Amino acid sequence: MAVISRGFGGRRRDDANLPPGQYRTDDFPVLSAGPTPRINLDTWELAVITEAGERSTWSWAEFTALPADQPTVDIHCVTHWSKFGTRWRGVAVDTLLADVESAADYVVAHSYGGYTTNMPLEDLLDGQAWVAYEFDGEPLTPVHGGPARLLVPHLYFWKSAKWLRALELRLDDEPGFWETAGYHNDGDPWREQRYQTD
Amino acid sequence: MARAALPNRLTWQPATVAATRTETGTARTLVLAVAGWTGHVPGQHVDVRLTAPDGYTAYRSYSISSAPAPGLLEVTVQAVTGGEVSPYLVEVAEPGDQLEIRGPLGGWFIRRPADSRPALLVGGGSGVAPLMSMVRAATNPTRLLYSTRSPSDALFSADLASAEAAGGGRVAVTRVYTRAVPPGWPAAPRRLDADTLARVAWPREADAVAFVCGPTGFVETVADLLVDIGHDPANIRTERFGPTGG
Ligand SMILES: Cc1cc2nc3c(=O)[nH]c(=O)nc-3n(C[C@H](O)[C@H](O)[C@H](O)COP(=O)(O)OP(=O)(O)OC[C@H]3O[C@@H](n4cnc5c(N)ncnc54)[C@H](O)[C@@H]3O)c2cc1C
Repeated sequence: MAVISRGFGGRRRDDANLPPGQYRTDDFPVLSAGPTPRINLDTWELAVITEAGERSTWSWAEFTALPADQPTVDIHCVTHWSKFGTRWRGVAVDTLLADVESAADYVVAHSYGGYTTNMPLEDLLDGQAWVAYEFDGEPLTPVHGGPARLLVPHLYFWKSAKWLRALELRLDDEPGFWETAGYHNDGDPWREQRYQTD
Repeated sequence: MARAALPNRLTWQPATVAATRTETGTARTLVLAVAGWTGHVPGQHVDVRLTAPDGYTAYRSYSISSAPAPGLLEVTVQAVTGGEVSPYLVEVAEPGDQLEIRGPLGGWFIRRPADSRPALLVGGGSGVAPLMSMVRAATNPTRLLYSTRSPSDALFSADLASAEAAGGGRVAVTRVYTRAVPPGWPAAPRRLDADTLARVAWPREADAVAFVCGPTGFVETVADLLVDIGHDPANIRTERFGPTGG
């Protein structure tokens, strides 16, 4: 039985693009667990690490020379805001994995600064995910995860690890930072998978 | 990181506004009575849900500003101009009104009473709300650095003074005003800078933990300065409330 709050009118937003429990913002809020890491592009490196321990790595110059896409996507944060039509430039995860041999079903994204987040590998394939380094035509700023972040727009945004350092391919599922702190393992905004018990 | 206890009250629960306290011209504390509420860990928040008579709902997160207590919790809300939820909570809700909450939520930006490390709490504006809960529950050395635009924007002024007085030296509060200072204040208005932080912060050997909460720009600046003055980034926890404007 719904509890009605006397005197609350609210704004009706009949927006089919808005997952349940989300509201639309035109701003770009920042959420992170600690300070913004300091990252030097001269020593920056992105790695893909297979379950056999094999590493493929890219320097900044190598990474930004890879073929890039320019996705325009809606993003949804577990703290209830959604932002429509965000414009990015980045390398599809498919491109990074093209020459990698692996039987993994899962991925852990590792960030500079120590953050981790896990998801099934299939959530990152087939043009669903990128390692993004530009937002709105500009280099991605440090607060939003620059120099490069994961972009997985169909999952809550905590899965889109900022300051990405490595994608670790795994045979088993290893919950990450927020996933061990009570957040849902999958994080599908359309099914409102916010917390572990959702 | 240690595995956090699973929050076990994640269904929406009715809450009744038991009382309200005006904090400033634009901020108010709501005392919420919740049947079966067993308390929280300082630093946690709740989601507050409002439902209009036509069924429309909206919800937002609010930090718990009170000390842990059974049956009651307090949230302190700063009205955001043009906002959907905060003006209702600050200006409209009255004792007896009902809303819904779920929580307590959050397993990272928390200070467990058993954690004996000294804490540096740095709050900007309404970001002091979760820190106030930590101050009220403090059993270990706690320093709060609180930045507001002016004295009239400061939340919890009386409560902070009494926490300091009651703490027997355990709790120390330092204030920074960015636009207007109280009469007789020894310094001009200024933003929190590295010198002030270095003066208030615990020395490196203290193995202190820092909690920084406020608008995004504030949190960015303070967390950066703390790293600059030698704090281990792993011991700095942040929570950001506001938008960035890009
Ligand atoms: C973990 C967490 C804890 C929080 N704790 C508190 C708390 O203790 N006290 C508190 O007052 N708030 C707190 N907030 C912020 C709160 O959840 C809402 O964002 C805020 O009350 C604004 O909601 P609204 O519905 O009034 O505005 P909305 O209708 O959401 O927004 C209206 C306009 O204001 C902008 N806006 C949104 N939020 C803010 C903001 N915080 N400051 C300035 N502009 C904003 C929006 O971009 C939009 O343009 C917390 C947020 C989080 C994530």
